[in-house]
Amino acid sequence: MSEALLLRGGRVVDPSQKLDDKLDVLVVDGRVAKLGKRVRAPEHARVVDCKGLVVAPGLIDVHVHLREPGEEHKETVATGAHAAAAGGFTAVCAMPNTDPPIDDPAAVGYVAAEGRRAGAARVYPVGCISVGRRGERLALVGEMVEAGAVAITDDGNPVMNSGLMRMALEYALAFGIPVADHPEDLGLSATGHMNEGLVSTRLGLPGKPNAAEDIHIVRDLLLAELTGGHIHLQHVSTSFGVESIRQAKARGVRATAEASPHHLVLSHEAVEGYRTEAKMNPPLRTKEDVEAVRAGLADGTLDTIATDHAPHHYDEKEAAFAEAPNGIVGLETALGLVLTRVVGEGVIDLPTMIERMSCAPARAFSLPGGTLGPGSPGDVTVFDPEEEWTVDPAKFRSKSRNTPFAGWTLRGRPRLTIVDGRVVFEG
Amino acid sequence: MTTTAPTLGKDLVGLEHLSAGQLRTILDTAEPFKEISERRIKKVPVLRGKTIVNLFFEASTRTRISFEFAEKRLSADTVNISTAGSSVSKGETLVDTARNLEAMRIDMVVMRHGSSGAAQFLADRIPSNVINAGDGRHEHPTQGLLDLLTIRDRMGRIEGLKVAIVGDILHSRVARSNIYGLLTLGAEVAVCGPPTLMPPAATELGVQVFTRVEEAIEWADVLNVLRLQLERMEAGYVPSLREYNRIWGVSNARLDAAGRDLLILHPGPMNRGVEIDSDVADGPNSVILNQVTNGVAVRMAVLYLLAGGQPEKAEAAKQGGET
Repeated sequence: MSEALLLRGGRVVDPSQKLDDKLDVLVVDGRVAKLGKRVRAPEHARVVDCKGLVVAPGLIDVHVHLREPGEEHKETVATGAHAAAAGGFTAVCAMPNTDPPIDDPAAVGYVAAEGRRAGAARVYPVGCISVGRRGERLALVGEMVEAGAVAITDDGNPVMNSGLMRMALEYALAFGIPVADHPEDLGLSATGHMNEGLVSTRLGLPGKPNAAEDIHIVRDLLLAELTGGHIHLQHVSTSFGVESIRQAKARGVRATAEASPHHLVLSHEAVEGYRTEAKMNPPLRTKEDVEAVRAGLADGTLDTIATDHAPHHYDEKEAAFAEAPNGIVGLETALGLVLTRVVGEGVIDLPTMIERMSCAPARAFSLPGGTLGPGSPGDVTVFDPEEEWTVDPAKFRSKSRNTPFAGWTLRGRPRLTIVDGRVVFEG
Repeated sequence: MTTTAPTLGKDLVGLEHLSAGQLRTILDTAEPFKEISERRIKKVPVLRGKTIVNLFFEASTRTRISFEFAEKRLSADTVNISTAGSSVSKGETLVDTARNLEAMRIDMVVMRHGSSGAAQFLADRIPSNVINAGDGRHEHPTQGLLDLLTIRDRMGRIEGLKVAIVGDILHSRVARSNIYGLLTLGAEVAVCGPPTLMPPAATELGVQVFTRVEEAIEWADVLNVLRLQLERMEAGYVPSLREYNRIWGVSNARLDAAGRDLLILHPGPMNRGVEIDSDVADGPNSVILNQVTNGVAVRMAVLYLLAGGQPEKAEAAKQGGET
């Protein structure tokens, strides 16, 4: 018997079809079957009244850390997949900086299988660029792609050796996958714990200068130009970095790039008082950098919004600043934050937000979804753009609570997350 | 009796956020306490019954002993914990160490720690008074206070003076506490040292920056000369100690060129022949040992004030100890 779901009367925003209209969406057997003004509900269909809600192609986050294997006290593939669904995401790309790292086909297969077993958001494994993330020689890229890897990265570590990065970009051409890099010149930044500037000087914390990120962004763009490969620049946080990507794209370099919600709304002043929940890498930068990241998101220089969801156990963040690990959880706050502080402040409009959080990530990583075109996967996000709520980390599905946004009042909240035609979250 | 002097609050984490009034209160309260250390019986009952833990995660001789004398001369019960041989070296976290101490019902913690922000971290988590005895490269407030007291003793004022801090500003908690305290009390402040040892946003702190020590000497009334740690050379910030002395060392030849006397401070321990020449350190304008003496008085004042003592009653509290 076929399974059918009819989303009735919502504001359907699908930039892939240039759609922004009050429509019904019918999903049958895991596929989008029909969009229309008045779609008749098949027998046995579940009908959901979506009046006042936004119906969009499922949100996709190309940058999350699910910590499994090795650090299951922080997150597992299953808890991460459920946190993603609760945040309105229908798919996430799991970074390979686990312990052991995801650097062979068996590990890739394990993450993919755990993702399927979780039955929440889709989990796409990303494999390592180098064996053991050591930055020395290429990992089994082809076999990992066969096992389900959708990209490669040594994320957490930058690829310091430019020769290796060149090889990765060239080799990946055979498989049509992007090479994602965490751009950072460790020679300039390895001792740093926050953005280098007035705040770091006052707090007496060693800094990471913008130049550390800029040098690798420029290097990666040059290598993509040299090889014709696809570079995906992760969590871009600097003004010069944004401008460099803008210019490279204008030259025709195959580059895509991310903006993280925290780099769109917070600056380095948030670290005041040694708040470890505001410690991340790349660090929160100056207000001018935040403005540049916003402008880059608005004009499409930065293609995607990606959370860099980085769960840590509360014990680990409960430490002196230098001893605390980098990163914050982001899956369950991203949509509300972006709606409130990015769309709400007029940086981008709602359709552009859907483009950056669904269509563009699907294109960048060649993933199914990112569209509600008939016949496409039944991955749909339904959210209430008006509902106000207060961030309470105790209610997160994620195993971790490390967020600087606790207590923030946000406007906009996921109501229904549908993966493969099946409701995996209902809020 | 009503109190007019501003109080300090629960903790002394740094000088950055203290007002001029609070700084003056501490310095003024230190004055009557100076005399206790000159007595034959160096003890008054001001903190009788108070339990103080000196928690030192980094090696320290001068600061730890100075605090200990200040505590003992005020009759507090003190316990010293240094990391070697304690549960800290067995991997206990800072927050667990603090909670365990708290569970033993202590009143104050004096802490030195290698991480910037560690004192604030502790202060936010335990109800005891926390005194920062140096946290990473952030602040060393009692050192800043004793420097202020020593300058005021000799120069009669702080406002309007030109004070240059010379050396490794980047890694120095002493420099930061001095900068904040001096600026708040109306001094002009300059920092001087190799550009590799200068913090990235020094001028935004409101100080002048000199790269050559001759310029700083030409400008200043007071020089506070910082220790150059051997590790800085090993890490490549300066090529050699000999070269450092040759270019940034404070020598009589350089001071003579200024044609007037400059007050010379150094927080210790000194590297004679590196950042400061012996004839300067031992010369008539050096107040380096006065700093050490004042350190005990300033720390007594801080302990007294954080324990709830009123500044105007310090003299009386002290007298009470003689009966």
